[in-house]
Amino acid sequence: METLLQQIVNGLVVGSVYALVALGYTMVYGILGLINFAHGDVLMVGALVALQVIVFVQKTWPALGTIPTLLIGLSAAMIVCMALGYIIERTAYRRLRNAPRLAPLITAIGVSFLLQTLAMIIWGRNYHSFPQLISTAPLQPVDGVFITPVQIIILISSALLMVALILLVNKTRLGRAMRATAENHRVASLMGVDTNKIIAITFIIGSGLAAIAGVMFSSNYGVAHYAMGFTPGIKAFTAAVLGGIGNLGGAMVGGIVLGLVESIGAGYLGSATDLCHLPLWAQSASLQATCANGGSFELLSSNYQDIFAFVILGIVLIFRPTGLLGERVSDRA
Amino acid sequence: MPTEIKAPILRLHDVQIAYGQIQAVKGIALDVYAGELVCLIGANGAGKTTTLNAISGTLPIRGGSLQFQGQDITSLPAHLRLRAGIALVPEGRGIFTRLSVEENLRMGAYTRDDKDGIEADLERVYTMLPRVKERLAQVAGTLSGGEQQMVAIGRALLSRPKLLLLDEPSMGLAPLVVEKIFEVVQTVVKEGMSILLVEQNANLALEFSQRGYVMDGGKITLAGSGEDLLNDPKVRSAYLGEEAA
Repeated sequence: METLLQQIVNGLVVGSVYALVALGYTMVYGILGLINFAHGDVLMVGALVALQVIVFVQKTWPALGTIPTLLIGLSAAMIVCMALGYIIERTAYRRLRNAPRLAPLITAIGVSFLLQTLAMIIWGRNYHSFPQLISTAPLQPVDGVFITPVQIIILISSALLMVALILLVNKTRLGRAMRATAENHRVASLMGVDTNKIIAITFIIGSGLAAIAGVMFSSNYGVAHYAMGFTPGIKAFTAAVLGGIGNLGGAMVGGIVLGLVESIGAGYLGSATDLCHLPLWAQSASLQATCANGGSFELLSSNYQDIFAFVILGIVLIFRPTGLLGERVSDRA
Repeated sequence: MPTEIKAPILRLHDVQIAYGQIQAVKGIALDVYAGELVCLIGANGAGKTTTLNAISGTLPIRGGSLQFQGQDITSLPAHLRLRAGIALVPEGRGIFTRLSVEENLRMGAYTRDDKDGIEADLERVYTMLPRVKERLAQVAGTLSGGEQQMVAIGRALLSRPKLLLLDEPSMGLAPLVVEKIFEVVQTVVKEGMSILLVEQNANLALEFSQRGYVMDGGKITLAGSGEDLLNDPKVRSAYLGEEAA
């Protein structure tokens, strides 16, 4: 029972980070029909810029408290990533807006390589330890279930960000223009909407969220690395597809569901594939010694947790390509 | 009326439009004066919709020039032409199907920030088109064709255009709805708005218009007052379904 609760907590934390990143994928897809595969790398840039700035601030103004230091690092990461998102859209994607769909897709992968390589040149190939400005000392709200202050902050702030984004998109004039542009660029421009500006804003918002997610990710795991964007990027993409790509609510639900499945799955994957649970195997000559005295022989350890994302992606694409919440895929009327 | 000597609100000079190698509009000249209802009629594929799209700025022109209120707007992007005062109700209505009816209407007022004016104009649209008011919260994609056309026109009016471009507003609609739409058109023209109307239903269009242009194969082949065109034997045989005498 504690294992389950613990995995739910872990799943919600990692799921909310996925959700924030998935929102960036889904917003860009909704408005351009483009899978921005460089999005995960924007997250990486966010984490590394925050790291750099935090280290600098700590050296220059050691007296500054941890929260202001973190906020300075976070703001710097957001500013850099938002600018980066704008530059990527402006230079790589805008001129391909009317090109066949494969061209922007390949370009997106190219941008992803470019960002990783640049990051590697700037920050090197090593793992950097990310300053733990918020305590990672686990609290124990329920016996046997641990949650760190970092995780609590991740949960609360991502929930607030998602509510803010939903309000922005559904209740404001800008949000209305974003939805109108997503549905029909041409008619939106007939309403006086500068659609280029709306598309740029979409990239900027998505990149800002990715920067925040990057700082969350690195704060939680304590490391940052030039290639760290790939896995959360591809998982967030899976989350967006799972929820129904193009659908904001879907990205949130998809992120949380993916986080939960992955973490609960990882929690039980080992014992579920433990050959010692199978009497015939356990008594076989080769395993008898291993299984004696409560030993185990796990075919798949929790290191294999990443397979869940891809198994889910496969299943969704086969049985429900429109995702959990999305019922629209080809409605460019 | 063309008898008054004043500059036109819209002037097309030798406008040419092409899709790739295919020339759709081959150098046309067309004027619309303030407060005038002008129609553009012609067969399918004559270049009427192409012309309207070019005026709205959603289609680039290959040659010639466009002037609006004396200013050259040839290279102005669509969203700035709306700000200048040109609104298009596109062919097929162009409703935002996933937005609510009210959100669609408010999109029409996107460039405005006079809150009170917008609310007043919304009320006006509701009065002119009571059917729209009953469906404000509904997702616009669920409306009937006639209701969508009303929303599209109401939405265009909310930008307070000086020139309204209407592309086939009667297409596929029941006679009663068409009547309602032309009632609205006449009301706004009386208030001083200029309208350029593209219609396949030439009879209907000419009946309401002060002037008309007939387009054929990318060229303007005839121009004149609505009445003259309505009585022109060539127009009658080609577009009004009458046997030539």
